[in-house]
Amino acid sequence: MSVKLNTRQVGDVTVIDVAGRITLGEGSSALRDALRELVGKNQKKLLLNLGEVSYIDSSGIGELVSGFTTVTNSGGNLKLLNLNKRVKDLLQITKLYTVFDVHEDEAGAVRSFG
Amino acid sequence: MRDNARHVPETVERFLESTLESVDSAEELAVAIAEKAGFDEDDLMRIGMAVRESMVNAVVHGNRYNANKKVRFSVVNNAERYTVRIADEGEGFDYQEVPDPLAPENLMRTSGRGLFLIRSFMDEFQVRRLEPGGTEVTLVKYVVSK
Repeated sequence: MSVKLNTRQVGDVTVIDVAGRITLGEGSSALRDALRELVGKNQKKLLLNLGEVSYIDSSGIGELVSGFTTVTNSGGNLKLLNLNKRVKDLLQITKLYTVFDVHEDEAGAVRSFG
Repeated sequence: MRDNARHVPETVERFLESTLESVDSAEELAVAIAEKAGFDEDDLMRIGMAVRESMVNAVVHGNRYNANKKVRFSVVNNAERYTVRIADEGEGFDYQEVPDPLAPENLMRTSGRGLFLIRSFMDEFQVRRLEPGGTEVTLVKYVVSK
């Protein structure tokens, strides 16, 4: 399986549920397209739920960084939810863990947008 | 690191097309051999990702998806070392010139982390220029006997 994306609204926060592999090719481009589309629709509060992501490579990490920058530059916020141990480890060794606002609880993450 | 109680000597060599499908198949093959050899789940993930990143470098940056160029992929698994070699037919690039992705000024770059991950996940990483053209990388994970 490559990647599956599902977008839902919780109040004024858009939650993007991601499942599968975020790797070079279809996986990372699908994520890029989804985030750009949401930014284009002027969505400012984006929560990326990575709970069902089984694998992410350097290209996928790059897409997270790119998404973060795109959303921030448009005046919005991109936060991460439910990182599994491997994704968390990857963000830690690449020193990106502290760049992102990472949450383990969806309700708390939604509230954090204010 | 691993317990080699189930050590299985194996040597595999493939000549792969310069496509992203080859990246997937090389990763799957490398992980399957490593799994059979008894590496644990964490090491399987590390080996798989190091192979994936190296294959991406060969296919995308080395051969530039050129259908006329192949990637030579081999795995040699023996009692001491699990070794993967990946060679492209590209023009090569200076691995020393790749910026440090952990430097504060590079942290938000959207690319350039592949080599760092390979070095982090494998015990040895070597790069060799090939004549008349191409680059070969060698990835080694140590096999530890109990």
